[in-house]
Amino acid sequence: MSHALEAENLQLWRGERQVLRGVGFSLAGGECLQVRGANGAGKTTLLRAACGLLYPEAGRILWDGTDVRADPAAYHARLIYIGHEPPLKPDLSALENLRFWIGVRQPVERSVMQAALERVGADRWSTRAVRTLSAGQRRRVALAALALLAVPLWLLDEPTTNLDAEGQQLVGNLIEEQLVRGGLVVAAGHHELPVSAARVRRLELPLE
Amino acid sequence: MSSARTAAVQPVAPHLDASGWPASPVGTPALAAARLVLLRDLTLAFRRRGELIQPLAFFAIVTTLFPLAVSPELSRLREIAPGVLWVAALLAALLALEFLFRDDAHDGTLEQYSLSGQSLAWLLLAKTAAHWLLTGMPLSLIAPLAAEALGVSGTGLAGVVASVAVGTVALSLIGSISAALTLGIRRSGVLLSLLTLPLSLPVLIFGARATELAIRGLPFTAPLELLAALAVLGITLAPLAAAAAVRISLE
Repeated sequence: MSHALEAENLQLWRGERQVLRGVGFSLAGGECLQVRGANGAGKTTLLRAACGLLYPEAGRILWDGTDVRADPAAYHARLIYIGHEPPLKPDLSALENLRFWIGVRQPVERSVMQAALERVGADRWSTRAVRTLSAGQRRRVALAALALLAVPLWLLDEPTTNLDAEGQQLVGNLIEEQLVRGGLVVAAGHHELPVSAARVRRLELPLE
Repeated sequence: MSSARTAAVQPVAPHLDASGWPASPVGTPALAAARLVLLRDLTLAFRRRGELIQPLAFFAIVTTLFPLAVSPELSRLREIAPGVLWVAALLAALLALEFLFRDDAHDGTLEQYSLSGQSLAWLLLAKTAAHWLLTGMPLSLIAPLAAEALGVSGTGLAGVVASVAVGTVALSLIGSISAALTLGIRRSGVLLSLLTLPLSLPVLIFGARATELAIRGLPFTAPLELLAALAVLGITLAPLAAAAAVRISLE
């Protein structure tokens, strides 16, 4: 039995402005939802609502058929959300960041973290303070979290931003593997994801 | 891509459910998660010691200015010592509060904590504990030195250490609520003080009273126990309130 994520008729206001107007989608295991739209169309808002950080005024989000608000902690344990700024501490090294970030959720060995950093091509700077890394290098360190945490749902905001061509292909490969495992991916962004089209569903968010 | 990088990393997957995903929602036990949060905050604090020293320097400066401004006479200084020590400790603790959640809110760490599947209140309690270890504990260690300079001696010093140590636990916890409430505000310093001061007045009153009794050589356990009661109340309720406030600030 594979997992499923559904959103029904989401309506969400930020102050006076209605950002989401009846947005809905349904996603099954092995599928990737690519959310597109102009700047300010509500891509980030939709992602944050999908992971339960924002509560929509109307509509609901269902994980395996149950409302995610029924047991937020159980739902959160099934997902990883990476915002457009990777949640890394500038004063800690890549390894320390991963240890504290992922370790709070799942116990991780140093060798496993090192392997994950190698996978995303970040092993050469794994002990340097993140402060000294470029935006693209930081993005790669954040991608290592995807290789470390075994959760079925990935919510990624602009996962390919700041990455070179090889890095973008890497994002595609990571997503592809997650889909093969039967996982679900929701990705927002302007760039086309390098993922085979058969697995991708699209959601276009209109502006106003 | 090099062939080394294409080798798949096996994700950590201890117990799998029917669809091949970890069945237990959270892998790390709550205690280990709190220990990591505590360790992380201590590591970060020692990477930038400047912020660490600020409240201590403030406390030292204020308490050493009094003998110069009032009178070098030890008998007079001993009289005002409890008030001076406690007002300085309270303001120093307030000064440190601004750093409690601010950085973690900015870089998305609090967001990740609230999405970790762990209890957010529990993780915030660990953060507050780290905050006390970095401000309250050093304050209670330098307080007897400042008290000595104000003419306090003997058992009075023990009273100063005990009351500041217990009182700052309560202050850190009360402060965690207002620090969480003011997260969404850009320049929150003044509002943070306004919110925290009225709630921390009982700590000031009982703390100064315990110190005063100790200096006079009288038993000071009664006000100290009231301080401890405030600290215990804080430990049980403050993290819940702070977690609710953090969730609102993330919206």
